[in-house]
Amino acid sequence: MEIPKTITNTMMKKRFRLSEFLAEKLITATAFISFAFIVLIFVFVFRETLPIFSAPEPAVSLEELGEQETYGDIVLSDAERAAEEKEKTKVAAEEGVTVENLAGDRWQPISGKPKYGLLPLIVGSLKISLISIFFAAPIAILAALFTAAFAPRWAKETLKPAIEILAGFPSVVIGFFALVVLATFVQDIFGLEYRLNAFVGGLALSLAVIPIIYTISEDAISAIPKSLTEASLALGATKWQTALKVILPAATPGIFAAILLGVGRAFGETMIVLMATGNAALLSANPFEPVRTMSATIGAEMAEVVFGETHYNVLFLIGSILFLFTFTLNAIAEIFIRQRLMKKFRGS
Amino acid sequence: MYSHSYKTLQPTDVRIKTEHLNIYYGKKQAIKDVSLDMFTHRVTALIGPSGCGKSTYLRSLNRMNDLIENSRTEGNVLLDGVNIYDKQVDVVELRKKVGMIFQKSNPFPKSIFENVAYGPRINGMNDKKKLEDIVERSLKQAALWEEVKDDLAKSGLSLSGGQQQRLCIARALAVDPEILLMDEPASALDPIATAKIEELIYELKNTYTIVIVTHNMQQAARVSDYTGFFYMGELIEFDETKKIFTMPAKKQTEDYITGRFG
Amino acid sequence: MTKKKLLGGFVYGTTAFFAFIIIAAVVIVMTNIVAGGWSSLTKDFLLGSPEEGMTKGGIFPAIVGTFLLVMIMSIAGVPIGTMTAIYLSEYASQKSIFARLIRFAVNTLAGVPAIVFGLFGLGFFIQFIGTRVDGVLYNNGELHWGQPNILWASLTMALLTLPVVIVSVEEAIKTVPRELREASLALGATKWQTIRKVVIPNSITGILTGAILAVSRGAGEVAPILFTGAAYFLPHLPSGLSDQFMELGYHIYIMATQSPDVEATRGIQYATTLVLLILTFTLNFSAIFLRYKLRKRIIT
Repeated sequence: MEIPKTITNTMMKKRFRLSEFLAEKLITATAFISFAFIVLIFVFVFRETLPIFSAPEPAVSLEELGEQETYGDIVLSDAERAAEEKEKTKVAAEEGVTVENLAGDRWQPISGKPKYGLLPLIVGSLKISLISIFFAAPIAILAALFTAAFAPRWAKETLKPAIEILAGFPSVVIGFFALVVLATFVQDIFGLEYRLNAFVGGLALSLAVIPIIYTISEDAISAIPKSLTEASLALGATKWQTALKVILPAATPGIFAAILLGVGRAFGETMIVLMATGNAALLSANPFEPVRTMSATIGAEMAEVVFGETHYNVLFLIGSILFLFTFTLNAIAEIFIRQRLMKKFRGS
Repeated sequence: MYSHSYKTLQPTDVRIKTEHLNIYYGKKQAIKDVSLDMFTHRVTALIGPSGCGKSTYLRSLNRMNDLIENSRTEGNVLLDGVNIYDKQVDVVELRKKVGMIFQKSNPFPKSIFENVAYGPRINGMNDKKKLEDIVERSLKQAALWEEVKDDLAKSGLSLSGGQQQRLCIARALAVDPEILLMDEPASALDPIATAKIEELIYELKNTYTIVIVTHNMQQAARVSDYTGFFYMGELIEFDETKKIFTMPAKKQTEDYITGRFG
Repeated sequence: MTKKKLLGGFVYGTTAFFAFIIIAAVVIVMTNIVAGGWSSLTKDFLLGSPEEGMTKGGIFPAIVGTFLLVMIMSIAGVPIGTMTAIYLSEYASQKSIFARLIRFAVNTLAGVPAIVFGLFGLGFFIQFIGTRVDGVLYNNGELHWGQPNILWASLTMALLTLPVVIVSVEEAIKTVPRELREASLALGATKWQTIRKVVIPNSITGILTGAILAVSRGAGEVAPILFTGAAYFLPHLPSGLSDQFMELGYHIYIMATQSPDVEATRGIQYATTLVLLILTFTLNFSAIFLRYKLRKRIIT
């Protein structure tokens, strides 16, 4: 019988398929956008802080040079602008945008002699984060333990949607609730002088942090191999002993990561603290006094500053610190979560 | 090495020939130095215990193993004398000519018509009349036409297991292949559906060269002309099916076909 | 024995109590906002404009602004997110450095504080791109694109919600059975044909879920638009991409903190909050529903 030998003819030439080629290149290039923007965020948030550090003699930045080459017409106006900027930074420099000023304990950006002390803002952010974690961590972790170890079905099926709803609350809604209801409630209980203070802000913030800590802790707890808990139960340990002595220690790295991510969220959150903390840049340890955080400072003041002014640059500096801080926290948290995953793989 | 007695058989054209084929998954070697010839318009069955490498071997014949990230293939797979692992080979064109039927029937979640029309459509055919012709012809070839001709718009997933598998065969036939690779095509089917598939294979071998992997020895005995026995990644024996099942040359083969294998 | 039992009861009771706190908090916040806003939630409120220095009237411009914001955001973000997810799940080799770089970028993006996105929008979109566009298009120093507007706010928001889309779509793509891909490839379909005809159609639910979650997130975030485009009050609806816009969340913030008579506008504030809450809830619930349907598919 005659054998059709068409195969070798058609397959022996590698074809160039244009749509295939374009699709792959386009998709790969698009995927690159995420990475490009991370780099751009780094560059552009930091770039706007640079004039602070080169204050005495602000150099003409690269893009301005580039512009002179590209668009002949606007060189003048741009050069003018650059000169203006230089002037401004110089003025500011004379007023002392020094490291000492930034390290100072006063935040008074709008005054005859502006003071850009970041200390009260950093302390404010830390204070608020601490308070929110103080409430959120125990609630979220124990609730996660409850879900994983004890909860009857109906309780799980109530709690999980509740968490999803809580996670879905826009932060401005939580901020509004804190401002209108929570603040009065707290004031009445403690008989406080100020309605809005660090305590109220931290408490409200914990509502935003609970879903994060809960979700990741629950994840960590349910990732523990069943064999481990079953072994404990088989040895005669009760459910709660197993929960406290086996489950909780085994899930510790994951829970730790959960707390770190919670801190990151609290530290970076803007709207809730902007609305509920009173926004006074006081350097104080008292949780019942108003406080101003780094994020709230940016949120409240950025819309009012003049672009290119020292105040503007300092706000970007605050943003850079926020970015670096949360970035570091996330990186550390990821290491812990990975370790847990490794353990999980080894365990199974 | 396997017994060479088949070489004395009637000289039929060799369609696929593997030479010293080695396949690795990462560091694990799944196929060890397998050399084997498969003949035109014949059914070649590959048998052996699960994990013996028969499926891996089958998937190397249309380069489906390429999809597994850390797999590596050494040696030659010659199709009409041309090495399909050659750099020049266009895998897409290769697969159009070497169709595959999978163990688990896998119709697309589309209508019966669209399932069969999928291949022609990706080849750029949009003529409705021609598509209808191809779908009808393929379904007839797969012995499914009579059962589904009135519900071509129904979802392929609404069919029974055996019908789904025949739909997959029809779908493969619609792209006009010359070789069909079947990876345990009836393993998930009941005896009646299995019988239909086997009947179909018998019909199809007039037009196609078929390689079938099966763990069902009766099936191999019923449908195939040649049988290769794989064990632990090696080809232990290859011969005419009736010889393998009546007078195996190797002790291991005999142990396996008589069911003495662990 | 009894001591052990008592202790067990204590542990059970404590954890249950904390779980209850969460549910109670959710119920309290919801009840409060529904109770506070329900009576002011009228047709005139939804379809009217703010009047008398925003102490009366409705929130129609803010609703429209929010809608436009999330629309433009989705148009920019959903295709990019979907393609990135396709890259990560279909094209990227797990070992490749490029793929790991992108995964790292997506994770990092998800962790950047919202306010930092705002700073980036200001520094990059407005100050860097916008002023240059103005320099080219208008030679007279006029500001069109070099100032906060709805385009830059939407793009900033698209960036913030990008990880949401990517994660959701990737999750959906993973549920497409390997068998279907193999079937397509074995029929001689190319990779892109397989993606286009098998992978994407079977991930539509996931893409939709991702888009909805992104919209919900975008509608709820205020920090990124504080200085990239949201306006306190506008007499007109935005008529072009270089216009500013009013937005629900921002409106709540302004009304609750900057209004001349905060107490007098409580009703409006509550009603606006309720509208925002209803909006994000509807979106979230439809996303949860879709995801539930998707998960069911994996099991069967």
